[in-house]
Amino acid sequence: MTGYTEKIREIAARLLTEGKVDRVIGFRKGTVPMMNQPHYVTSPAMAVELIWDSHCGLNLANYVTDSKERIGIVAKGCDSRNLVTHIIENKIKRDQLVIIGVPCTGMVDRNKVCARVEGEITSVEETDDAITVSGNGFSKTIAKTDVLRENCAVCTHRNPVIHDEMVGEPVAEQTGVDAYASVKKVEALSPEEKWNYFEDLISTCIRCYACRNACPLCYCPTCFVDESRPQWVGKSQDPIDVRTFHLLRAYHCAGRCTDCGACETACPMGIKVREFTKKLNKDCFELYGWEAGLTLDKRPPLDVYKTDDPDDFIR
Amino acid sequence: MKLIKIDKKSLKEGIDKLKRTHSVFGPVREKDEFEFKALGDADMPDFSFSNTRMSPKAIVYPQTQLMFTYSLNDADDDCRILKEVPMDERPRAVIGIRPCDALAFPLVRRNFDTPEYQDTFWVRTYEATTFVGLACNEPCATCFCTSAGTGPFGKEGLDVLLVEDGDDFFAEPLTPKGESLLETAGWTTEAGGGAEEKITSMAAAANEHITSAVSFDNIKKREILELYDAPFWEEEAISCINCGTCTYVCPTCWCFDIQDETFGKSGVRMRNWDSCMSPLFTLHASGHNPRTKKHERVRQRFMHKLKYYVDKYDNGIQCVGCGRCVRLCPVNIDIRSICNKMNNFDPEACKCEVASS
Repeated sequence: MTGYTEKIREIAARLLTEGKVDRVIGFRKGTVPMMNQPHYVTSPAMAVELIWDSHCGLNLANYVTDSKERIGIVAKGCDSRNLVTHIIENKIKRDQLVIIGVPCTGMVDRNKVCARVEGEITSVEETDDAITVSGNGFSKTIAKTDVLRENCAVCTHRNPVIHDEMVGEPVAEQTGVDAYASVKKVEALSPEEKWNYFEDLISTCIRCYACRNACPLCYCPTCFVDESRPQWVGKSQDPIDVRTFHLLRAYHCAGRCTDCGACETACPMGIKVREFTKKLNKDCFELYGWEAGLTLDKRPPLDVYKTDDPDDFIR
Repeated sequence: MKLIKIDKKSLKEGIDKLKRTHSVFGPVREKDEFEFKALGDADMPDFSFSNTRMSPKAIVYPQTQLMFTYSLNDADDDCRILKEVPMDERPRAVIGIRPCDALAFPLVRRNFDTPEYQDTFWVRTYEATTFVGLACNEPCATCFCTSAGTGPFGKEGLDVLLVEDGDDFFAEPLTPKGESLLETAGWTTEAGGGAEEKITSMAAAANEHITSAVSFDNIKKREILELYDAPFWEEEAISCINCGTCTYVCPTCWCFDIQDETFGKSGVRMRNWDSCMSPLFTLHASGHNPRTKKHERVRQRFMHKLKYYVDKYDNGIQCVGCGRCVRLCPVNIDIRSICNKMNNFDPEACKCEVASS
C-alpha cells in the first residue's frame, strides 16, 4: 500500500494532462496526525498534493453528488460501492467518472490508536501492516489489524467493485469474518437492554450532523430534520428528537449503506452510529440477499417490488 | 501577589465544602474522553486531562435552554402569556477550566452583556459562576492560545488560577469572588517564598510548548470586502461537509436559534445552539436563502471570528486558540491555516496574477 501514493499521483497527472477529467478528487495530507483532507486537484502540477495512507477513512463519493464535471476519483472498495449506488440513484453518470481504484487493507480508527498511548501523538509513520506513533517521550508501533476501524475489520469488499484505473494488484478479501457479529450481540438483548444500549450509544450526541453530512447517501436537498414547514423533528437536545434523528437517518439508508464507516470516522463524539445502519444491512442481506453497491445491473430491494418479496416480518 | 498552597490531599475536603454552597463543575472522564460535568456528592474533578472534548461553555450557555412556558388554553388566566422557566441561580464553581476556555467567557460577554442589551439567561448564570482555572503545564500541538489573547498560564476570565506542582497546587486569587471561594473551601495556607518565581518559570516552560500560532495584524487593516471577495474561499471550503462540529465544540461560538414547541394546549419557548454551517441558519421565512453555497457558509464563520468581530470590538479575534475545531473537524479544515491565509492575503498581488494570466 505504501506505493499507492506515487501511483495515484501518476494517474491523476496523466488524466489531467490528457484532459480526460476536469478534476481529480483524492486526499491530501492533513495538518494534524492521522487526519487527511479530501482535496481536488485541477492541474497535473497539483497531482503531487495527493497522498494515500491508512487515514483516508472518509468516503469521497460524497464529493461527486450531482456534479456536472468529468471527475477522476480515488476510490477504495467502499467508495467504489457508493459510486455504484450514486450511479443507480442518478446522482452521477458513469461516463463522467474515471475511477482510480485503490485495493484497501483497511483504515485506522484514530480513537483506537489514541487510546493505546498516554500522551499526545505528534507524528505517525506507517508500513504495510503497522503504524508507529510518537509524541513527547514515547514511540509505539502498533499492528494495523489491532486498530482498524470496525467496519474495515469486518469488510469483505476491499477491492473496488468498479474502476477504470487501479493503483495496485487486488488484495486478498477477508474470509471467515462475521460481518454482522455486532448486530447479533444487540439482537440477543432483551427489549429493555436494547433500549438502554441505544440510549447509552447516543447519549453524547450533539446533533452536529457530521455523520449525516459525511455520508454519500445523505444527499436530500432538505433533510427531514431540517424541514421547517412542517417541522418534523424538534431541534433541541430532547432525547426523543435525538433518537428520531438517528433512527430515521438509518432507515433512509436501508439497502443503500455500504458500511464505509465515514459516519463513525466523522463523528466528533466517537458515537458508533454504524450500530444502527448495520442492523438494516443485515436485514437486507437476510431478506433479499442484497449488499449495496456491488452491481450496476440490479435495482436496490427497496426501490423495486417483486411478488415474491419476503413478507414474514409483516405481522 | 498573594499565593495559596493547596495540598492535593486536602482538595477533596475543600471541594466537599464548596458543594454545600455551590453547584460544582469539573472535568470528568466519560467514555475515554473528558467533559465538564456537575459533580455529584462522590465525584471529584479529574485533572489528568489535557482539555475536555466539548468546551465548558455549556455550563453557562446550555445547548438547549428552556426560556419560557405558555398556555394556549383560553380557560387559563395566563393564556398566551410567556412565563419564565425558573433558572438554577445557585452559585456555581467551575474547577479546572483551562485558561483558553476561561478567556472565552469575557469574549462571549461582549455579545451577551452590552450597555444596550443584556441576555438575562447568560448574564445571570455567568454572574453566579466562579471560575477556577488550571494552568496548562503541557499544552497540545494544536494549541495556539499565545497568539489568541491568552496563554497556558493566562488569567483573563478567571477568578482563581491553579498551578499544579507535584503534590500541591498553587492557587492565585485574581478577584474578590475568587478569594471568597478559596476561603469557603478552607484553602487559606499561604505559599512560602519562591512560589512566585517557580510559577513564572513553569509558565515560561509551558509557553515554549506552544508550537503553533496565528497572525491577524493585517486582517484588521483590510477592507471587509477585500477579504470577503478573496479568491481562496471556494478552495478552502472544498472538503467542508457543513456539519456543526466546529461551531458546537467552539467555546466562543454563541449563535442560537429560538424555537417554540407546542404540545396540545401548552408549550415551551427554548433556544438551541445554532450553526452558521447549516443552510437552515440563514433560511428566510420567505423561502429565500442568502447563503446557499457551502463556501459562503465557511467564509461566514471565519469572517465572523477573524474579521467582523475584530472590527466591531477592537479586542482581538473571536477565538481563544483551544484547538478543538482543529482536532475534531472531520475533514481537517484548520482555522490556523485559514487565519494565516487571510492575514497574508494581498488583493493587489491577486489582481496582478489575474491580469497576467
